[in-house]
Amino acid sequence: MSAPARKASAARSPSALGIAMFAPAVLYIVLLIGAPFALAILYAFSDARIGATSIHFAGLENFRSILQSPSFRMAVKNSIVFTVCAQVIIIVCSGMLSIALEKPFRGRGFVRFLILLPWVAPVSLGTIGWKWILDSIYSVITWVLVSLHFYKPYSAPMWLGQPHLAMASVILVHCWRLIPFSTVIMLAGMSAISREIPEAAAIDGAGFWRTTFQINLPMMTPIVSVAVLFGTVFTFTDMTVVYILTAGGPFDSTQTIPTLAFATGIAGSDLAAGAAISLFLVPVLVVVAYLMLRIAHRAEVV
Amino acid sequence: MSAAGARRIEAKAVRVLVLVSFTVLLAFPFFWMLIAAFKQNLDLYTVENNPFKFNLPPTLDHVRFLFGQTRFVRWLGNTAFVGVIVVAITLLVAVPAAYALARLTGRWGERLGIAIFLTYLIPPTLLFIPLSRVIGILGLQDSLFSLVVVYPSMTIPFSIWLLMGFFKSIPRELEDAAMVDGLTRFGAFLRMVVPISLSGILTVVIFTFTLVTQEFVYALTFISPEARQMVGVGVPIFLVRGDVYYWGALMAACLVASLPIGIVYNLFLDRFIAGFTVGSVK
Repeated sequence: MSAPARKASAARSPSALGIAMFAPAVLYIVLLIGAPFALAILYAFSDARIGATSIHFAGLENFRSILQSPSFRMAVKNSIVFTVCAQVIIIVCSGMLSIALEKPFRGRGFVRFLILLPWVAPVSLGTIGWKWILDSIYSVITWVLVSLHFYKPYSAPMWLGQPHLAMASVILVHCWRLIPFSTVIMLAGMSAISREIPEAAAIDGAGFWRTTFQINLPMMTPIVSVAVLFGTVFTFTDMTVVYILTAGGPFDSTQTIPTLAFATGIAGSDLAAGAAISLFLVPVLVVVAYLMLRIAHRAEVV
Repeated sequence: MSAAGARRIEAKAVRVLVLVSFTVLLAFPFFWMLIAAFKQNLDLYTVENNPFKFNLPPTLDHVRFLFGQTRFVRWLGNTAFVGVIVVAITLLVAVPAAYALARLTGRWGERLGIAIFLTYLIPPTLLFIPLSRVIGILGLQDSLFSLVVVYPSMTIPFSIWLLMGFFKSIPRELEDAAMVDGLTRFGAFLRMVVPISLSGILTVVIFTFTLVTQEFVYALTFISPEARQMVGVGVPIFLVRGDVYYWGALMAACLVASLPIGIVYNLFLDRFIAGFTVGSVK
């Protein structure tokens, strides 16, 4: 075999092998993510129901009835409120926590383990723990407030039984679950920032505020964005916390897009309407994916 | 004392305050599970009792009830069963794919990798409705195998992404040398690359297993019989009889299922985080 021919075959053969090694993964993703996604769009324009054998095209009928339903409007509003409120609280808290955790100290490993538990433990089980803490009668929060004389016995509010308190509880549990995740991401970001640039700036006469706002914060922006983007997806698309804590109640006041999709599509057997509701998650996911790509692209260029 | 010294002490006090208050807030539910799991019912359900202390002697009744009279052990077994198979499938699919991507030259490797990573962002709550129908058509309704089939679609993308970074750090010369010694490229991959990547592979194993224990939506949608539940659905849905909550047993169950996963995950944390930062941290 001549030298160029051998070179050509060497270049060809690994690529054939590469395709063979890569194909199963693509197949899995296409069959179990791509195809169901296409099916979700198809269902949204159909009259599919659990138990029905035939499916007919229904045009925009599902979307028309969804957009008129007060439950759906409530769900969209709640999903946005929960996601935005949770992200703001999460970023502020995990920012503080990551700064406090940055320098090594004795017992740091154990503290990190305790802090991480909410993120690591199965979501549904952690939420059940909160359901007990927020119990209508035996809530520890109620007990503390009663013994501090904020409320008379038996007159304290029901944390999960009143619309605004129930919403606050859902936000609280989301924050509790995601602060650990966001904190470790920020810690990773801080450890990668070189100490030299802020120090050099300080020598050049930059004060605390100037160093913070013109050097430290801009350097942290990519990593904070990553934390916010993941947090947004995890809050906006989550169904577990609401389903276990309040099941969307009282009176739909904590209903979100995912829980309404489940209640309509699975519990209510209306696959078509459920699929149409869940499609309203897509715009947010597209924006997040776009921003992630930009971050990854910039990281690649630098 | 100098002003700078005073400021330093003040900064330290603030830091300790932040650390202590957040640690207490974040770990509190688990502490609360621990207390409730060992309290007698009469103690738990008396409003006037101070909930922070044992007003009656601790009891093992809830733990005994949980392990003796519920399907909790069965649910743990189901979770382990699904976990082991999903780990096997994930490794079989993701390890070769990640290697192929890591060695794919040029921009395409990077772009395909990111595209695969992005599919990790597609949530179960978007796909569970059509998938419930697909599972029905496949005849897997109420079978643990419905989860065995579907879960790898959540674990493979992130695992490929994690392993890709890992394989890239292995010098190509290693495989080249093995191929000069007469191994095929695939042989070099199996005998040289895989053995030295064991810690990366172990990371994927832990990641996959924790994801299987955490997932809720698919398990709730596809499986209804009590005996075939995963622990994450069985405990919150089936330990409640009608409107009666067995809080002591519930809390014991949450704790037993959460702590081991927490400990193992903590050991591998830094590697997962490296995956989540999408290359914005070097």
